[in-house]
Amino acid sequence: MNIRLTKYYYGDIPEEKGGGSAAKSESTANWPLWEVFIRSKQGLDHKHVGSLHATDAKMAIENARDVYTRRMEGISIWVVESKYIHASNPDDAEAFYEPANDKVYRHPTFYDLPDEVKHM
Amino acid sequence: MSVQELEKIFQQKIDQEIKIEPKDWMPDAYRKTLVRQISQHAHSEIIGMLPEGNWITRAPSLKRKAILLAKVQDEAGHGLYLYAATETLGTSREQTLDDLHSGKAKYSSIFNYPTLTWGDIGAIGWLVDGAAILNQVMLCRTSYGPYSRANIRICKEESFHQRQGFDILMVLSQGTPEQKAICQDAINRWWWPSLMMFGPKDGESTHSEQSTIWKIKRKSNDELRQQFVNMIAEQVKILGMTLPDADLKFNPATKNYDFGEIDWNEFWNVVKGNGPCNKQRLETRRKAHADGAWVRAAAEAHSEKRKARAAQKVA
Amino acid sequence: MSSQALINYSLYLADNTLILAQRNAEWCGHGPILEQDIALTNISLDLLGQSRSFYQYAATLINEANPSATPVSEDSLAFRRDVYDFKNILITELPNGDWGNTILRQFFFSAYQFLLYQQMKQSSDATLAAIAEKSLKEVTYHLRWSSEWVIRLGDGTEESHDRMTSAVENLWSFTGEVFEAAPFEKDAVEAGFGIDPASLKSAWLEKVTEIFTEATLAVPPSGWMQTGGKTGKHSEYLGFILAEMQFLQRAYPDASW
Repeated sequence: MNIRLTKYYYGDIPEEKGGGSAAKSESTANWPLWEVFIRSKQGLDHKHVGSLHATDAKMAIENARDVYTRRMEGISIWVVESKYIHASNPDDAEAFYEPANDKVYRHPTFYDLPDEVKHM
Repeated sequence: MSVQELEKIFQQKIDQEIKIEPKDWMPDAYRKTLVRQISQHAHSEIIGMLPEGNWITRAPSLKRKAILLAKVQDEAGHGLYLYAATETLGTSREQTLDDLHSGKAKYSSIFNYPTLTWGDIGAIGWLVDGAAILNQVMLCRTSYGPYSRANIRICKEESFHQRQGFDILMVLSQGTPEQKAICQDAINRWWWPSLMMFGPKDGESTHSEQSTIWKIKRKSNDELRQQFVNMIAEQVKILGMTLPDADLKFNPATKNYDFGEIDWNEFWNVVKGNGPCNKQRLETRRKAHADGAWVRAAAEAHSEKRKARAAQKVA
Repeated sequence: MSSQALINYSLYLADNTLILAQRNAEWCGHGPILEQDIALTNISLDLLGQSRSFYQYAATLINEANPSATPVSEDSLAFRRDVYDFKNILITELPNGDWGNTILRQFFFSAYQFLLYQQMKQSSDATLAAIAEKSLKEVTYHLRWSSEWVIRLGDGTEESHDRMTSAVENLWSFTGEVFEAAPFEKDAVEAGFGIDPASLKSAWLEKVTEIFTEATLAVPPSGWMQTGGKTGKHSEYLGFILAEMQFLQRAYPDASW
């Protein structure tokens, strides 16, 4: 099997492959890629819902409205051009996340209190 | 780490039902298979807009017009979600579209059949969307995260598509004699092509085995097809219509409906481009894309100008 | 009398929105980019929804006025009337042309609708006021969206600028009709529930001038204006729109769908 080790990082996709400000005014020009985050109701976090293409932030917000809120999915929209999203490297996963495994004392269930103690 | 080790870790994740995400290491062939499959799926949504889109201006009531318009629009959205999923694999939408327009990429052959009557809009919703949904429900559990999430969103939106199709046929089946004839005719023409949507028989499908190991696909073509036949063979009774297959019969031993042989000659011919509408569909999409080129370029040029002006102001 | 005026006025509002929805819907599946294909279809759906509200209201009024006649419905009003019955303004029935032409027409129409509904929100007729209030939210977005596209295309490339200039030439003589009150509009104003369209004209022109300036497009001198749609004297295009739209209802008159 022909294995290619190139990794395309989400948001770090090479400019010529997609996203980014594409080469100017070619007739086949590709509008940059944006990530869309939507707050579904007041009080909740914005959540990543998907991507789309737009020439600028204003259009990206409108496109997000037209594409991602047709079924009353949201009340607030964030957009960010995909190339500005930097992601952690999965190869770092062990060093990043596993050290948290043995910190059980950070969780409330670690503490065994008598039943008489209320409201804690 | 050696490639062999990476592959081993990759397959372990798949076996443990851990989703693969864009930044994770993946074998090149896995990436290629996904790009091929997801872009075919995306193209099918986009080309699929055309046969139904035909009837938006002719829908027989204002309510039906609104429903159909919303439905065809949903398909544009589905195409969009799927193109975005291929972009997470490093293939731009433009590239993917170029492959469609050049004829290199395939899409579901079902959309190379014409919509002749209003009954066809019902039959597409009921049979074609019905078949697509079975596939997409399976694909919600596919191993690649972005593809799985796109399918979850699609399934959520698509749940009304099949119902509206059945509803169209229900009304036709209870209507005038002419409407009943329209209904039966549409079912007759769409039944076999719908069965073909599940692809070649197991064993003749070139990509199936590896896709199953990678959990891109989780059910075989024949399994899904049988599930579909069982479902439709019951539903058609409610319409008081028949499916055009003399061999269709419930088999108490297997608890499945046995059905007749698919015309594979027709299947392969449509795949190869000889379907009734292959040329027309592709030409329509090429034209839409070409006609839109000046619009896309203008929007981009304007955006650049605006940025330049803003920069000038700051300076 | 007042009932007939209200019926005609509602039918006018319904016909305008239906015919433009029908034209915009032709783009579905053929737009320049997926995101915008979806956006224009949203507008088409909004307009279609507005037309249904107006037809339903007209149908209720007609049925109340003629209790012994065969009842009419939103569908019989949309699908069983002929060209001379339709009151829509001519600009709505013109062929789409390219994306620029479609956008520009939408902008002209949305700018008018925005002003109209702002007034109609206060109509003495509660139903019209309610429809206007709901629709105004939709139209506010249509106006924003179409304005931005007019600017983008006017100010974009040389080609897009030329195309927009042609679109302006093509459509301009169809922009006057909407502001000339038809007899049913005069009746509606007199009865107290309608809006005098002439009163919207200067604000409309102001909006057009504002957007055109940003789009680097010239506002043409007012000149000769085509009229006739409101009184049923249409272009040849409407006949074909109806032939297509009404086909099933005409071919199978006894059927329900």
